[in-house]
Amino acid sequence: MKRAVFKNNWVAALMVAPQLLIIFVFFYWPTSQAMYWAFTLEQPWGGGNTWVGFDNFAAILFDDLYWYSVQVSVVYAIGATVLSVGMALILAVFVDRQLRGFKAYKIGMIWPYAIAAPAVGLAFRFIFNPGAGIMLYLNDAFPGAWDPNGNGTHAMIMVIVAGAWKQIAYNFIFFLAGLQSIPRSLLEAGAMDGARVLRRMRDIQLPLLAPTFFFVLVINITDSFTDSFGIVDTMTGGGPARATNLMVYKIFNDGFQGLDYSGAAAQSIILMFLVVALTVVQFRYIERKVHYT
Amino acid sequence: MANISISDVRKSYGKDEVVHGVNLEIANGEFIVILGPSGCGKSTLLRMIAGLESISAGQIAIAGTVVNDLEPRERGCAMVFQNYALYPHMTVAENIGYALKVSGMAKAERLEKVRVVAASVGLSEFLDRRPGQLSGGQRQRVAMARAIIREPRVFLFDEPLSNLDAKLRVQMRHEIRRIHNRIKATSVFVTHDQQEGMTLADRLVVMNKGNIEQVGTPEEIYHSPASVYVGGFIGSPAMNFLSGQIVAGGVMLANGGKIPLPQALAVAHNGSLAQIGLRPEELTLVPAGKGAFDATFEFSEELGPSRLYHFQFEDLTLSVLSADKPPVEQGKPMGIRVEAGSVHLFAADTGKRLRAREAVAQPELVV
Repeated sequence: MKRAVFKNNWVAALMVAPQLLIIFVFFYWPTSQAMYWAFTLEQPWGGGNTWVGFDNFAAILFDDLYWYSVQVSVVYAIGATVLSVGMALILAVFVDRQLRGFKAYKIGMIWPYAIAAPAVGLAFRFIFNPGAGIMLYLNDAFPGAWDPNGNGTHAMIMVIVAGAWKQIAYNFIFFLAGLQSIPRSLLEAGAMDGARVLRRMRDIQLPLLAPTFFFVLVINITDSFTDSFGIVDTMTGGGPARATNLMVYKIFNDGFQGLDYSGAAAQSIILMFLVVALTVVQFRYIERKVHYT
Repeated sequence: MANISISDVRKSYGKDEVVHGVNLEIANGEFIVILGPSGCGKSTLLRMIAGLESISAGQIAIAGTVVNDLEPRERGCAMVFQNYALYPHMTVAENIGYALKVSGMAKAERLEKVRVVAASVGLSEFLDRRPGQLSGGQRQRVAMARAIIREPRVFLFDEPLSNLDAKLRVQMRHEIRRIHNRIKATSVFVTHDQQEGMTLADRLVVMNKGNIEQVGTPEEIYHSPASVYVGGFIGSPAMNFLSGQIVAGGVMLANGGKIPLPQALAVAHNGSLAQIGLRPEELTLVPAGKGAFDATFEFSEELGPSRLYHFQFEDLTLSVLSADKPPVEQGKPMGIRVEAGSVHLFAADTGKRLRAREAVAQPELVV
């Protein structure tokens, strides 16, 4: 590999400075602040704090509401990831087959990723509104069939669908790129060997897509833990009865509405370590099985 | 019996026609090599036989059955691809046995067949490896084994040797011929390498720009190329071309040199403009003034058993292959002797070969 080397270190430092500054200001600094807060008790309106050691963590870990939030977060993460990865894979496979009109379709598939999460949440709130539109017909025919404002399961389904819908575009791009990097001749060889379309997908395309699949899986699970705030905030506000009170939403709720900065800081530290741990586990135990050559 | 019958087959992509009405009969068990430069439509033709490209017009029949609308798996062909197209996530054994697995053969029987076929191409020790752990030649063998195991009626090769180094290419060429002699499946082999074509083929098909230029045994094609194109494409070192006008007893070159022609040929085409093809190995070097014409010596290339001498003749370059050491000197003229029988004569306008008997058949001469 060719490496460009800067003769003057100052130029190099200058080039990387903006990026380092951004990472420092928006990641390391807040993280270190959160670390500090997590071990202190902060007054609601600021002005003085006291060191409390692990008391904040203990309070969280003995709180049933926190464990309930972990539980719904896991349900959300699994639901949203399975739905978005599965749908994206199916769509990518069909675009890769170059069926009629696939080009327009391909562009249409990529757009949702450009939409901000709150906008997605708002749009799906209209779509899933039990008192208007399509769901009204359903509720007319079967009263009470769809009630996200009162039924926690319905609310969770709604949030999962919206979250997955937004993520499909991202997964789709990676799957399509992955599929297109599989040499066409492999599929032709499969066809000569007598395998039909579905058999070729199963025996050739999907196994060779495994590295992409793994990457997308890591990104999606991580994303569903950390990036689901906008959708929950606009769609359910964590309700009904905390049924969609995901960990990331609970942090916001406890911190900025409940003014429990210290508890929220401790929760965000836990969430951070959870995401780091998940990623490490995925890389150590799953990635090992997906590489060839 | 698996003869292949190709009649008026065309291929177009949108408005671009890349194969213009090809007709070819391939006998059962024959080894056919389709030869041509890249972009001449040879691979497209092969892929149409395989069923990987649709046939725009015309028809292809294998063993008497029209296969135009059949899926590749229904045609009974096996194919060896240029880049081998081995499945990277399967072991050698799985690669070889995949077709049998797809066809639903029982596992024990399948593994036994894989073992036998792998042994026949010298792959027994590598059955558990992945293609990524094999050398180019071994991958080539896996690709061959994968094709053989299906016991196909028709074997298709799409430039299978072009990714190998020179030595391995010759070795694999021999192996392919040996396998063909053993299993005797009808084979169609596509290549741009004329040496591969000459050495492997029962019959050669030379293609150019989507058309067949000539079909014949390698010997026929070498000794009487049907056109300037075929003459220039076949043979190494390449044929020399000169132009001139046909007069009594020969061809008059622009500088006054005269190349002898067989009497019948000269008489038949007297007066017409022609291109003359001269093979480097059929020319002899003589002292200046003693040959058909003189040319200025430039440099020579050592080939081992012989040398290739390069000359400047007017604005053309010309080469002569010689096993003995003629007294050449750089910048000095040498005479070049041409035997009448070795001249390949082509029409200057169409580039088609001029033959003595064709002229007799022309209506105005008959009347």
